[in-house]
Amino acid sequence: MITGPDIQSLLPMEIIAGGMLFTMVGIALKRNHILTVICTLTTLAAAFLSVLFIWPTTPHAIGDLFLIDRFGCYFQALVLLSAFVVTLFSQISLKNFFPEKRKEEYYLLLLLATLGGATMVISTHFISFFVGLEILNISLYTLISYYRERPKAIEAGLKYLILAAMSSAFLLFGMALIYALTGTLSFQDLAATALRHDSLSMTILIAGIGLMITGMGFKLALVPFHMWAPDIYEGASSPISGFIATVSKGAMLAVLLRFFTMADLYDYKQIMLVFTVIAILSMLTGNLLALRQNNIKRMLAYSSIAHFGYLLVAFTAGKGIGTRAATFYLTAYIITILAAFSLITLISRSDNEATDIDDYASLFWKKPVLATLFSIILLSLAGIPLTAGFMGKFYLLAAGVGQGNWLLAFTLVVSSVIGLYYYLRFIFAMMRPNGQNFPIDSHPSLTGLMILSLLGVAVIWLGVFPVWLVSLVSSLT
Amino acid sequence: MILAWTICLLMGTGLLAWLASRWSDTLPRIISLAGILLFLGIVLYIWFGHPAGGRWIVHYTHSWISAFGIRITLGADGLSLLMLLLTAFLGVLSVLVSWKEIKTRVGFFHFNLLFILAGITGVFVSLDLFLFYFSWEVMLIPMYFLISIWGYENRTYAAGKFFLFTQASGLLMFLSILGLYFVHGRSTGIYTFDYEALKGTLMSRPTAFLLMLGFAAAFLVKLSTVPFHSWLPDAHTQAPTAGSVLLAGLLLKTGAYGLIRFVLPLFPQASHQFAPVAMILGVVSILYGAKLAYAQTDLKRLVAYISVSHMGFILLGIYAFNQIALQGVIMQMVAHAISTGGLFIIVGALHDRIQTREIGQMGGLWTLVPKMGAMGLLFVLASLGLPGLGNFIAEILILTGSFMASRILTILAALGFIAATLYSLRIMQKVFYGTVLKKWAIADFGIREMIVMGSLAIVIIWLGLFPNSILNGTQKMVQGVIEQVTITANMAQNENR
Repeated sequence: MITGPDIQSLLPMEIIAGGMLFTMVGIALKRNHILTVICTLTTLAAAFLSVLFIWPTTPHAIGDLFLIDRFGCYFQALVLLSAFVVTLFSQISLKNFFPEKRKEEYYLLLLLATLGGATMVISTHFISFFVGLEILNISLYTLISYYRERPKAIEAGLKYLILAAMSSAFLLFGMALIYALTGTLSFQDLAATALRHDSLSMTILIAGIGLMITGMGFKLALVPFHMWAPDIYEGASSPISGFIATVSKGAMLAVLLRFFTMADLYDYKQIMLVFTVIAILSMLTGNLLALRQNNIKRMLAYSSIAHFGYLLVAFTAGKGIGTRAATFYLTAYIITILAAFSLITLISRSDNEATDIDDYASLFWKKPVLATLFSIILLSLAGIPLTAGFMGKFYLLAAGVGQGNWLLAFTLVVSSVIGLYYYLRFIFAMMRPNGQNFPIDSHPSLTGLMILSLLGVAVIWLGVFPVWLVSLVSSLT
Repeated sequence: MILAWTICLLMGTGLLAWLASRWSDTLPRIISLAGILLFLGIVLYIWFGHPAGGRWIVHYTHSWISAFGIRITLGADGLSLLMLLLTAFLGVLSVLVSWKEIKTRVGFFHFNLLFILAGITGVFVSLDLFLFYFSWEVMLIPMYFLISIWGYENRTYAAGKFFLFTQASGLLMFLSILGLYFVHGRSTGIYTFDYEALKGTLMSRPTAFLLMLGFAAAFLVKLSTVPFHSWLPDAHTQAPTAGSVLLAGLLLKTGAYGLIRFVLPLFPQASHQFAPVAMILGVVSILYGAKLAYAQTDLKRLVAYISVSHMGFILLGIYAFNQIALQGVIMQMVAHAISTGGLFIIVGALHDRIQTREIGQMGGLWTLVPKMGAMGLLFVLASLGLPGLGNFIAEILILTGSFMASRILTILAALGFIAATLYSLRIMQKVFYGTVLKKWAIADFGIREMIVMGSLAIVIIWLGLFPNSILNGTQKMVQGVIEQVTITANMAQNENR
């Protein structure tokens, strides 16, 4: 039975769903790009405000399905803010790349995907988690191939469809195994029932969790489930790539953290060993494969594989400091990567997105402001001081070393040195004296530039004054 | 507080210089010069006006990231102040030598220059290990830009190599800092990065040794000790003159400073264990660097290898663990910065005029540029250790000190003097004397360049004649470090019995 407080706690989701319906009706009455964008932005902003509104009433559990606590609210806020930025830049991207076509449905799908993400981060039950995930996935299939006339869009969408469906099957099978063993689908009860079993059921339990890790690892693009990432990042439009990197991956990480904390899975040595191996592989593979990429979106895809490997270093450090470090790092990463994809959107022109390294040649002398922002972004991804990325990496290393996990800490250090090379390569390209004249957009959108500068300032600000975020993150769990 | 303001002053000047480049190319130079002169003034004011007594002459602390026990703790004692003085002095010279050399993107150049100076200042005054690492990294990126944008033909490769070497070793140090932080936190319950608090950390010997190695890795790479030296010749050769001056004069010194300030006091016992290896590496650097210097045909590369050789003396002196050697090390840090800085400026000026650094193409230049030749002679003599000039005092002190620690190594190191004579005189012989190979039509040093060289010449002679003006200031600091190291070592010996 749903009660008043339950409805209140789900307010952000209700606002998104309501806003979506409202926008749909609006589109049916009159097709107008700007109007639809404004509707979408208003919906997201209202949902964000409602998260702030329900913040004091946390924690509130709705049966076994949802737990609206500070942790969930924080991630909801992150998801909504990311979606807000993505929407803003989608408008610029659609206007440039899809001028004559119907643009309005895109925003409905974007809102739907955001709804999925926002559901995932508060779910504490396999069913609510899976429903949220599928809402997110199905909207993404379409969003990835939305620019259907561009050469790689359909390919990317289809690839994502097949692989994501496959990974969902793995996930479901894993859940089924766990259900067969424990008779429960909620995270909380799993912890209680899992302990009572003999070695055979232990094997089944671990097999079930292993299959689930496959499904989750796919969404997070961890090695060896990473093959899709570069192709999809390249094929999708930049805002959508940004959406995948932030909302989709961030929501999945939140679920992973919550699942392991609530079901108390940190004590299983074998599972943690698997994560250690995955982390090492992701860090090294991601960085090594990114070395030779000339396409910036592919480079960012590989770098994101490595970054989620870094995140696993914090994850394996366990509850408490591990969760805090992962949350902090994810926040820093989301801000940075959003800025990166926004920047790509901003300097692209209608015939082609600016993805090749040569498109950035001598950007420093043509567009000093954009180039400075881009350098800040890349340096933050590389983890250089004065940027958010450095503070994040410090937090991760502190978590890793604090748990005595020297192997992971050492791999993180080695692989981030490798990583430096390709970030610097792009910075250096921007400094080349005379590049080919890629017709970069000479009048980038003013709103876009403003938001991008805000993100850039946030990166520096977090790098110099991270105290407030550290204490915010510590108050979540 | 004044230390924090000086760092802000440098950064602010950098930003201002960048902005000013919108209107004119000369404005950034003037702004930078004014900013650094002000910085020099502040440092001189502290140097002459500080009250005696107290461990730190200037000290400032402010909370930063309290959740991790990270504070902004800045402090300066005699050594730090001396290094700050050197930073400011070389900073002024770097602006002056780039006045004509740097013609493109002047604003951004000075922005980078001032951020390097700010980072170096941070390194010399940080008393919080996190802040120290922070500053350590801050000086890298602008240096990378300086080499990769305004450098010579092979700049990308050199800049990349420099960056990867220093970054990789720096991250190892960061791991060690974190390790120390947790070891200290576990044993006392206080999690802090504070230098004074971490000094007395109790830890097992293997742990201490491993943590010490992390620090030593970063500092030995910076000090360009053989076998970690290969970044240095490339970076020095490809950097613009101001970059070479800063690299040789200051960045290398941060390695020596780190060893004296952090490695010895934090890990006295482990340093004793490491001393034989470090001293051997020092001697190898002296001899191998000198040998390579002699074999170079590129004048700038030759000067770069001289640095490798001279840094060997520093390493030898630090690990001799006595006051005389350590005073010599500090003297060497200053004298080397001045003499090598002078040589790099001469090489840069020559390259500007004849567009080559190949020794084979030069010869008989004295008649054309007598002022440059005379200055060249002075700094070449300084770097081979002629009595009356700063380097002589430094090297004699180091060798006297290290003789007490290890006779064989000191004798071998003294051979470095012969090698130094060979490679130094070769510069004079091939460049300024000898037969005239080509008819160059070039100008001698102008007024601006003579001011730069003249001030360097005054300092190097002053150091040779009145070394006490420097040594008195650092006496207390050196005494403190040596006492601490020997007391701990004696305690450990007693335990073993």
